[in-house]
Amino acid sequence: MMLKINDLRASIEGKEILRGINLEVKAGEVHAIMGPNGSGKSTLASVLAGREEYEVTGGEVLFDEKDLLDLAPEARAAEGIFLAFQYPVEIPGVTTINFLKTAVNEIRKYKGQPPLDAAQFLKMVREKAKLVSMNDSLLKRALNEGFSGGEKKRNEIFQMAVLEPKLAILDETDSGLDIDALRIVAEGVNTLRSPERATIVVTHYQRLLDYIVPDYVHVLYKGRIVKSGTKELALELEEKGYDWIKAEVDATMA
Amino acid sequence: MSTETIDLKSQLIADFNSREKAINGKAQTSFHQAKRKALHTFETLGFPTPRNEEWKYSNVKNLISQTYDFEAAHAITADLLNDVRIPNLSGNVLFFINGKYEAGLSTIVSPAEQLTILPLQEAVETQAEVFEAHFGTLADATTEAFTALNTAFAGEGLFLHVPAGAVVEQPVILHFINDTRQQNVGTQPRNLFIIEKNAELLITETFMTVGDAHSFTNSVTEIHMAPEARVQYYKVQNESDQAYHVGTTQVRVSDNGHFYAATVSLNGGFIRNNLNIALDGEHCEAFMYGLYFPDGKQHIDNHTIADHRKPNSQSNELYKGVLRGKSTGVFNGKIFVREDAQKTNAFQSCKNVVLSTEATMNTKPQLEIFADDVKCSHGTTTGQLDEEALFYMRSRGISKPEALSLLMFAFCEDVISQIKIESIREYLEGIILKKLS
Ligand SMILES: Nc1ncnc2c1ncn2[C@@H]1O[C@H](COP(=O)(O)OP(=O)(O)OP(=O)(O)O)[C@@H](O)[C@H]1O
Ligand SMILES: [Mg+2]
Repeated sequence: MMLKINDLRASIEGKEILRGINLEVKAGEVHAIMGPNGSGKSTLASVLAGREEYEVTGGEVLFDEKDLLDLAPEARAAEGIFLAFQYPVEIPGVTTINFLKTAVNEIRKYKGQPPLDAAQFLKMVREKAKLVSMNDSLLKRALNEGFSGGEKKRNEIFQMAVLEPKLAILDETDSGLDIDALRIVAEGVNTLRSPERATIVVTHYQRLLDYIVPDYVHVLYKGRIVKSGTKELALELEEKGYDWIKAEVDATMA
Repeated sequence: MSTETIDLKSQLIADFNSREKAINGKAQTSFHQAKRKALHTFETLGFPTPRNEEWKYSNVKNLISQTYDFEAAHAITADLLNDVRIPNLSGNVLFFINGKYEAGLSTIVSPAEQLTILPLQEAVETQAEVFEAHFGTLADATTEAFTALNTAFAGEGLFLHVPAGAVVEQPVILHFINDTRQQNVGTQPRNLFIIEKNAELLITETFMTVGDAHSFTNSVTEIHMAPEARVQYYKVQNESDQAYHVGTTQVRVSDNGHFYAATVSLNGGFIRNNLNIALDGEHCEAFMYGLYFPDGKQHIDNHTIADHRKPNSQSNELYKGVLRGKSTGVFNGKIFVREDAQKTNAFQSCKNVVLSTEATMNTKPQLEIFADDVKCSHGTTTGQLDEEALFYMRSRGISKPEALSLLMFAFCEDVISQIKIESIREYLEGIILKKLS
């Protein structure tokens, strides 16, 4: 088992957002997480990546048997967790390329590997940039600064391709992408699919799942996974919306 | 019981009087008369207190509770010098140690037709005409106590004259180093730079200390720029936590002149910089950049003035600070646009990052505009570290300290990149990186 989430509870400013999440992800699998706005999808992604504003109030998360919640965000990244942000952050003054070089070498340091030299790094970056059709000029610009919405999302996938994580969590990477970009991003994700890696895709739309075909689909509602199924569940949601699930859940909770 | 307190003001006045006796023959020169007058002004004004609006946040009480040796001998060897100076500099590199010009340690490479460089004291006599036409005409020794004090003791420092049309190809770098290993040291450098019509100069003043006793520097620099003159002026401060520094740079830019200043305060116990620029001509440009890093109990205060006196000129200012520990910072930026100065463009911005809850930054933009057809803007921001950015970087595997230093370094970069001397830029980057990690 690569990722094992047991009854995870988390709150922010005293408000409980995650109210007992259970989820297991094996290497090689793709899981989609769907659910209405505000149900806690990004919160779950952030807690897994280690955002410190959230207070974990219960439960545990094991990643390759290690207690993930004990690790600093940078250690989680080095262990192989990658979060593609729903809203990537702009960082003025730090170029994308410099940022990535630092990231790559910090992770190598964590693993006791020597830093990549400039030539090796550039060669690798060029290959990955090609993979997601990332424009060279974006690499030289300050990270995400003034990038269009689509460029930011593409940059997230590009970074994922460079860092080659074991577990990638994509938080609405499809929103804001045009049709072509969507396909490119999906291809990027699919190229990285392998028996050793896993992906969690947070999305609102079936569209992305046509390209990145999930093994499992989960519905997150009010801080819990209230329904799980296979890719057919996503089609059903697309057709019927969430009302029927909400009704089911609210009835049992009442 | 009676206690005898030595107070700095009385010490200085007594010192002046004994120096005056020693020069009996020259007491009637106009230079000395100006000094005597300045001493009286200082005597009347005394050191400023926080009741003085301009010194509201910068209390000099610790500075004046010490006494200093203004004639201190030093034991700086060339080896030691190499540890404190900015490395790999080429050009005209001059050393003033405990105030005294050290010809033996200094290198002058520019030919005489490009510039005249003299210790100020020498220029009083050998360049009498130019000297008298300029000395004290910019710096205000009538209402500013520290400037009056500096004027009263003027003698140490540099006279620099660039003749019309000359482009000084090699930069001039002044190192003012106080050696406080034996005792408290006081110095009062007084610099006079005259850049004639269509001449060009790149000049840097650096202030450093060796040793742990107190250092007091009270410096005044006057920069006269004739029409079409172009000057880059950098000030770099890397003094000890026991160092007090009050420095005033007074500039006059004339028609079509370009003046660029960058003031970088890396370290120092108490720093007050006054950078006052008169844009006294049409189509001139003045740029002011500043960067400061107070930490611990340090205090760094930058006061600037862009005084637009004539039409069609432009000033542009960007100051940035990173505050840590229990430090305090002050930024006071004045923009004056006189009635005559139509079509003025004046911009000012001051951005600060406060990394500790115990550090404070006081910012005060002050615009006084008497012309109607002008474009002026100012903005100050003081914020904490961008936590979102920090998390984003950490989520990519970059450790917290490394992320912090990348972010802060990026924050400083738009000021550092203004500095056109590579070895100074590298020196600054090296120290800043060390500070941030
Ligand atoms: N910093 C915060 N302070 C207070 N409430 C917060 C904070 N961050 C998130 N929340 C709340 O937590 C709940 C879950 O938010 P989250 O972003 O996880 O939802 P989501 O499922 O990702 O929604 P969407 O589909 O709109 O992206 C929301 O009600 C949100 O308002
Ligand atoms: Mg979300």
